[in-house]
Amino acid sequence: MPAEAFITGVADTPVGKLPEHNCLSMQALAARDAIANAGLAPSDIDGVLAGFSFTQPHLMLASVFCEYMGLTPAFTTAVQSGGATACTAVMLAAALVESGQCRHVLVVTGDNRLTGLPPGGAVAMLAQVGHAEFEQPYGISVPAAYALVAQRYMRDYKVSPEDLAAIAVNQRRFAAQHPHAHMRKPITVDDVMRSRPICEPLKLLDCCLVSDGAAAVVVSAREAADPSRHRIAILGTGQGHTHEHISAAPSLTHFGCEMSAQQAFARAGTIPSEIDVAEIYDSFTITLAVELESMGFFKKGEAGPAAAAGELSLTGSLPCNTHGGLLSYGHSGAAGGMFHVVEAVHQLRGQAGPRQVEGAELAFVHGDGGILSTHCSLVLGQA
Amino acid sequence: MSKPVPVPTTDTAHYWQACDGEELLYQRCGDCGHVQFYPRRSCVSCHGANMTWLPSARRGVIHSFTIVHRPPTPSFDDDAPYVVALIDLDEGYRMMMNVVGDDRASSAIGRRVRVVFEERAPGRKVPQAMLEAAP
Repeated sequence: MPAEAFITGVADTPVGKLPEHNCLSMQALAARDAIANAGLAPSDIDGVLAGFSFTQPHLMLASVFCEYMGLTPAFTTAVQSGGATACTAVMLAAALVESGQCRHVLVVTGDNRLTGLPPGGAVAMLAQVGHAEFEQPYGISVPAAYALVAQRYMRDYKVSPEDLAAIAVNQRRFAAQHPHAHMRKPITVDDVMRSRPICEPLKLLDCCLVSDGAAAVVVSAREAADPSRHRIAILGTGQGHTHEHISAAPSLTHFGCEMSAQQAFARAGTIPSEIDVAEIYDSFTITLAVELESMGFFKKGEAGPAAAAGELSLTGSLPCNTHGGLLSYGHSGAAGGMFHVVEAVHQLRGQAGPRQVEGAELAFVHGDGGILSTHCSLVLGQA
Repeated sequence: MSKPVPVPTTDTAHYWQACDGEELLYQRCGDCGHVQFYPRRSCVSCHGANMTWLPSARRGVIHSFTIVHRPPTPSFDDDAPYVVALIDLDEGYRMMMNVVGDDRASSAIGRRVRVVFEERAPGRKVPQAMLEAAP
């Protein structure tokens, strides 16, 4: 079935420390640039999907954003799926244009969670995803919850801490080639192993960053997307959900990303081995290992060794997180997952500079919300 | 800043009341027999509303654990490093608890634990795990 939804515009702001900005000012900047990148005017936008914010939380963030930017769309709502928010909003935008309800949907995400919160504020707020009665009293945090997954996963599939460290090293190498990346200084496996323990077995360099930043995309209907511009087809989408709280997860080794990816691959009529470049949610090194192995890119226990062997690098079998990912490029709330989408579009347009995967035709993007709780996958390709 | 104190809901009030008497309760569906935790009004398996409460023997095994060096909030700073674990109770359900006690650093997947109670606030006890003697 030919694609009916296309990404026609993408944009992101710098990431890192942006004390001159607030959540909405960054989002408006990314939105303005994404609309221009699509060759459109703000008045062309008839749908707006917004994410969530820690620094300017609001019951109706999408309406607040539209008001801030002077947009009066025919459809708008906020999307809240944690780290899966960006992919989920793109999936929803595709549904809106495929069903004929919108012509051009702006999807906007961003937060200034580094400079807009007190030190440690983002970690404390994120810990609230833990169950108020049955997890938070035990001092659970998001890193602690992923560490519970890591400990079990590493034991069952004989994964070593060095295997996970190789993932962080690979992504820092990519980030060093991205002028906007938050962390660009190269690291070694030794650096990761010697970084301070956060929640065993996860160390500081196994964990994602906390960054300011924003990103936006425009999703357009086939008949509305200018064929003379380099539009990117949304070929397949999928989701998978098994739990919210890690103590209620049916398994610590099998998650909804399996179903999510299978659905997206099936709808796109492709398989993992045909993917040229993958941009996959990497809140922690273990996150990426679990996802790569669950989604069929590697066998159980083999993602880390593959990273060490260079398989996730530009010359490997699956260049992965070519912007540096959440571990090294940056993590700005819902925009963290959107950076993966933006990078996939850069790759498919051949605009990734020194990080370019030659002849990239098919890209896979994945978002994970909560503790591997809610998943959304996208297969993107040439129109 | 003090550590979080569980605030019971209408689903969990009976559970927390039992904890204050140092009894650990879990739910079993009166219709289909499904065992579940945390307490809910209805069965996650058959969606019947006939949940019964049973006392747990308070014994289980560590399914996974982590040693937390960087707490989410300062209220846990004095405890760090502390152990957060997922415990599989012998009755077939899973709970998060801290492994407490002087030997908590010996926590390991597969180690057996028993459940004890910590008074978190006046009239509010939370279940915690202690390692059983190594086999």
